[in-house]
Amino acid sequence: MSETEVPYQETMGLHHPRSWITRYWFSQDHKVIAVQYGVTAIAVGLVALVLSGLMRIQIGFPGLLPFITPDIYYQAVTMHGMIMVIFLLTAFLLGAFGNFCVPLMLGARDMVFPFVNMLSYHVYLLSVVVLMASYFVPGGPTGAGWTLYPPQAILPGTPGVDWGIVTMLLSLIIFVVAFTMGGLNYLTTILQARTRGMTLMRMPLTVWGIMMATILGLFAFPALFVSAVMMLLDKLVGTSFFMPAIVSFGQPLEHSGGSPLLFQHLFWFFGHPEVYIVALPVFGVVSELISVHSRKNIFGYRMMVWALIAIGALSFVVWAHHMYVAGMHPYFGFFFATTTLIIAVPTAIKVYNWVLTLWKANIKLTIPMLFALAFILTFVVGGLSGLFLGNVIIDVPLSDTYFVVAHFHMVMGVAPILVIFGGIYHWYPKLTGRLLNNTLGHLHFWVTFLGTYAIYYPMHYLGFMGVPRRYYAMGVGSDFYPESAATLNEFITIAALVVGLMQFVFVYNLIASYFRGKPAGSNPWDATTLEWQTPKTPPNHGNWGDTLPVVHRWAYDYSVPGEEQDFVPQNVERKP
Amino acid sequence: MWVAAALLVVVVGSVAFNFLTPWWFGEVASNWGSIDDTVLLTFWVCGVVFILVGLLLVFSVYKYRFRQGARAQYEPENTRLELWLTVGTTLGVVAMLGPGLFVWDEFIRVPADATEMEVFGEQWRWRYRLPGTDGKLGTTDIGNISTRNPFGLNDDDPNGLDDVLIQSAEIHIPVNVPVKALLRSKDVLHDFFVPQFRAKMDLVPGMVTYFWFTPTKLGEFEILCAEYCGSSHYLMRGVVHVDRPKEYELWLQSQPTYAEMIAGSRPSSRDITTGRNVAETNGCLACHSLDGSQVVGPTWQGLWGRSERLVDGSVVTVDEAYVRESIINPSVKIVDGFAPVMLSYDLPESDIQALLAFVRSTEGGVAGTDRIPECKDC
Ligand code: HEM
Ligand SMILES: [Cu+2]
Ligand SMILES: [Cu+2]
Repeated sequence: MSETEVPYQETMGLHHPRSWITRYWFSQDHKVIAVQYGVTAIAVGLVALVLSGLMRIQIGFPGLLPFITPDIYYQAVTMHGMIMVIFLLTAFLLGAFGNFCVPLMLGARDMVFPFVNMLSYHVYLLSVVVLMASYFVPGGPTGAGWTLYPPQAILPGTPGVDWGIVTMLLSLIIFVVAFTMGGLNYLTTILQARTRGMTLMRMPLTVWGIMMATILGLFAFPALFVSAVMMLLDKLVGTSFFMPAIVSFGQPLEHSGGSPLLFQHLFWFFGHPEVYIVALPVFGVVSELISVHSRKNIFGYRMMVWALIAIGALSFVVWAHHMYVAGMHPYFGFFFATTTLIIAVPTAIKVYNWVLTLWKANIKLTIPMLFALAFILTFVVGGLSGLFLGNVIIDVPLSDTYFVVAHFHMVMGVAPILVIFGGIYHWYPKLTGRLLNNTLGHLHFWVTFLGTYAIYYPMHYLGFMGVPRRYYAMGVGSDFYPESAATLNEFITIAALVVGLMQFVFVYNLIASYFRGKPAGSNPWDATTLEWQTPKTPPNHGNWGDTLPVVHRWAYDYSVPGEEQDFVPQNVERKP
Repeated sequence: MWVAAALLVVVVGSVAFNFLTPWWFGEVASNWGSIDDTVLLTFWVCGVVFILVGLLLVFSVYKYRFRQGARAQYEPENTRLELWLTVGTTLGVVAMLGPGLFVWDEFIRVPADATEMEVFGEQWRWRYRLPGTDGKLGTTDIGNISTRNPFGLNDDDPNGLDDVLIQSAEIHIPVNVPVKALLRSKDVLHDFFVPQFRAKMDLVPGMVTYFWFTPTKLGEFEILCAEYCGSSHYLMRGVVHVDRPKEYELWLQSQPTYAEMIAGSRPSSRDITTGRNVAETNGCLACHSLDGSQVVGPTWQGLWGRSERLVDGSVVTVDEAYVRESIINPSVKIVDGFAPVMLSYDLPESDIQALLAFVRSTEGGVAGTDRIPECKDC
C-alpha cells in the first residue's frame, strides 16, 4: 500500500455494542475476542495440566491412586496431549495473541471481518464443549493417544471406542472450522488493513510469525479435517479407508483393503506443520520481548523474516520423520532425514540472532525478559534433541521412548508456554491498564523454568535406556527399567507437581492484579510498536482516535544514536 | 547478576549431568553399535553448540545488564557474521547427517544370508514363526485364521507345512547369525523393540514390515511393544534368548511344525493343549493371566471351583455352566472389581469343550508363559 492511499479501515464502520451481551459475549471487538480465546484456552489448559499431574503420579508412584486404571491413564494421555497442542497452544497463540496484536500492531481499527471473528471464537468454544463432553459420554473419552492412529482408535481394546472417539473427531472437525474463520481473518487483515506506512518489512516480527503460522494452518488443517472425516466414516459407516483385513480379539472384521499408513501420512502432513503453527508465533513474540526488554533492535531483522518463511515452507516436506519406523518404504528415510536437518539451519539462525540481540544490549531483567531467556535455553535443548530424532538412524532406537516425550515437551510444550507467559506479562498492562504483581511473577518464573527443566532434561536419558512412552506401568527391575530409573521418575513427578501447583498462583495473579495491580500507564516498557501508542489504555473499541497512526520507521528503533530517548516509536516522523 | 549465575548453573549442570548420568544405553547386544557411534557424534556436535550458545547467553546477561543512561549498540545487521554462522551450521548438519545416512543405508540393506523369522503380533501378545527345514516361510492370509490355524497359513502352500510355530512369547535365536525379522500384525499397530539390539520397527496390519540385526551377545533380552496398541500395551512383552548354536538346535527340535500341529488338533479332541490353543488364538490370555496376577480380567489360576463375588454382591461357584456363560455372554455375571469389557465369543461347541478342559486344568495353577511384570496388589 502506498503511503498516500486511504487505508480501507479509515472508512469502515464499527459495530459498537448496544448491550451487555454484545459487549462481553457476542462482542466484535478483537480485544474482547482475544480475551475470550485466552480465558477459554487457559481453562482447558488447566484441565490438561491436572491430567498430566495424574499421569505423573501413576508413573512416579504406581498404584498410589488406585482409581488410575490403565484405561483412565490412557484417556488422560490422549486428552492431555490433544488439549495442550490444539486447544491451548494453537488457540492461545493465534486466537488470543493473534487477535490482540494484529490490529493494534498494524494500526488497524479491528479485524477486517469482525463478525466472522466473533463467530470463530464461538465455534472454537463449541469444539471445546464437544471435547469436554467426552468425559460424560458412556465409556468416557478416547484413549487412542493424541495421534489417534487407526485401526486401534476405533477397535475394542482401546477405551472410549464407542463414543469417545466420535466426540474427539467431531471436536477436531469443529475446531478446524473455527481455525479457518480466524485464519482467513488474520491473513486478510495483515495483507489489507495495515495503516499508512506499515510496509511488510516494517511489521513487528510478532505479526510476521502469526501471518506465517496462519498460512501454514490454512494448508495443514484440511489434512486433519479429511482424516477425521474418513475415520468417522470407517467408524460409523463401515468404510475401510484406514482398515485392512483384521481379526480383532478372535473376531474377523468386515473391513478390508484400507491402509493404516495412509492415516499416518495425512495426520503428520497436518501434524508437523502444526508444530510450526505453534512455533512461528512464538518465534515472533519472543523476538519482540527480547528486543524491547534489552533496549536493542532485533539483530538481523530481514534474516529473521526470511528464516520464518523458509521454515514455514520446509515444514511441509518433513512430515514423515514421525514415521521412520512405521514401516514405510526405507528410501523415504534418506529424503526426510535430509529435509529435516536442513530445517535446522534457518532455525539455528533464529537462535543465534536472539542471542546476538543480547550482545552489547542494555538488558532489563523484567519478567517478560526472564521468560524469553528461559525460552532460549529450553528451545536450544529441545531443538538439539530434535537433531537426534531427525537423523533417521538415531530415531530407530529412540522413537516411541521417553526421549521423544522429553524432546517434544521441551521444544513445543514448555518453550511455547514460557513465551506465552512472557507475552502475558508483557501485554497485560496494555490489556488492563495494570501491571501484574512482580513478586508473584518472579516466583512463577523461577519455579516454572527450573522446574520444567528438571522434569524434561533428565527425561531424555530414560529414552536412551529404552523406556517406552505410553506405558501405564514399567515393571521395576527389568534391564531397561532398573531401580534408579524408578527413582528418577519419582523425582520428575515431584517436580511436575510443584510446577503444576505454581500455575494456579499465576492464575491468581492474573485475577488479583486486574483489581489491585499497579497502574501501568500507556507505555510501561518504553516500546516502539504501535500497540503502545494508543490514545487510551486499555484501548477503546476502534483502538485509535479520529485518525489512524501513520508509520515512519521499522519496529525496532531502540538506542538509536543521536536520539534523546532510547526508543523511537514507529509513528514518530524521521528527522529531515 | 544472580540471574546470570542461575543460567550458568543450568548450562554447566546440563553438561555435567551428561557425563555423570547413570541412565544410559544398556550394553549393545547386536551389530548396531554403529548407531551408538552416530549418537555420540551427534552429542559432540550438539554439545558444542549448546555450550557456545549457553555461555554467550550467560555472558551477555551478565555483561550487558541494564545500567541507567547506558545505550545498547545500534547494529541492525551484520551480513558477514550471518553468512559465517549459516555456513558453520550447515557444516555441522552435514557432519551429523552424512554418517547418519551411511548407517541407515546399512540398516535397510538386508544381508543375503540372513535367516528369516516372523514376528506375529496381536493385542496383547507375541508369537513367532520360523521357516523350517526348507528355509522358506509359507504364505499367509489374515482370513485363514482359525483355532486350527492360528497364524493364517495358506493350506495349499507346501512351504508352510514345515514352518515352526512358537505360540509362546519367548523366542530363541542363534548368536552371530543375521536375522531378518518379518513383522506381521493380526489387529492393530505394534512395534517389536529390544532396547539392547537398538533396532525396532512397527507391525502394521495389512502389510509385512521388516528389519534386520545380528545378535552378538548371549543372554536373555526383554521384548517391548513400542507402538501404542490399547489398554494392555504396557503388558505386551516377550523374551528373546540368544543361544549358542547347539542349545538353539535343541530348543528348535522341540518346537512343533504346522503339519504336526494340524495333525494333533482334531476338532473333537478334548485335550488341554487344544484348549490352550483356543485361548491363545482368541486372545483370552491377554486379559486373563495364568499365574495369579490380576490383569484386565480375573486370573485363571485356581479358577475352577473358586467362589467369585459378583458386582451385585451375590456369590457364584465356578463350574461348567458359569464358565460357559462367561464365554458366550460375559456381561451377565461380572466379578466384583472388574469392568464389563469382555466381548461375547461365538465359538463352536468343540472349542468351548476344549476351553473348559483347559480352564479346569488350571486348578492347581499352570506355569504361565505370560510374563506379567508387576503385581498390582503387592
Ligand atoms: C508441566 C507440564 C506437563 C507435564 C507434567 C506433562 C506430562 C505428560 C505426561 C506424563 C505425558 C504422558 C507420557 C506417556 O505416557 O507417554 C504427556 C504426554 C503428552 N504431552 Fe505433556 N505434560 C506437560 C505439558 C505439556 C504441554 C505444555 C504440552 C503442549 C504441547 C504437552 C503435550 C503433550 C503431548 C502431545 C503428549 C503425548 C500424548 C500422547 O502420547 O498421545 N504437554 N505429558
Ligand atoms: Cu515433525
Ligand atoms: Cu503395544
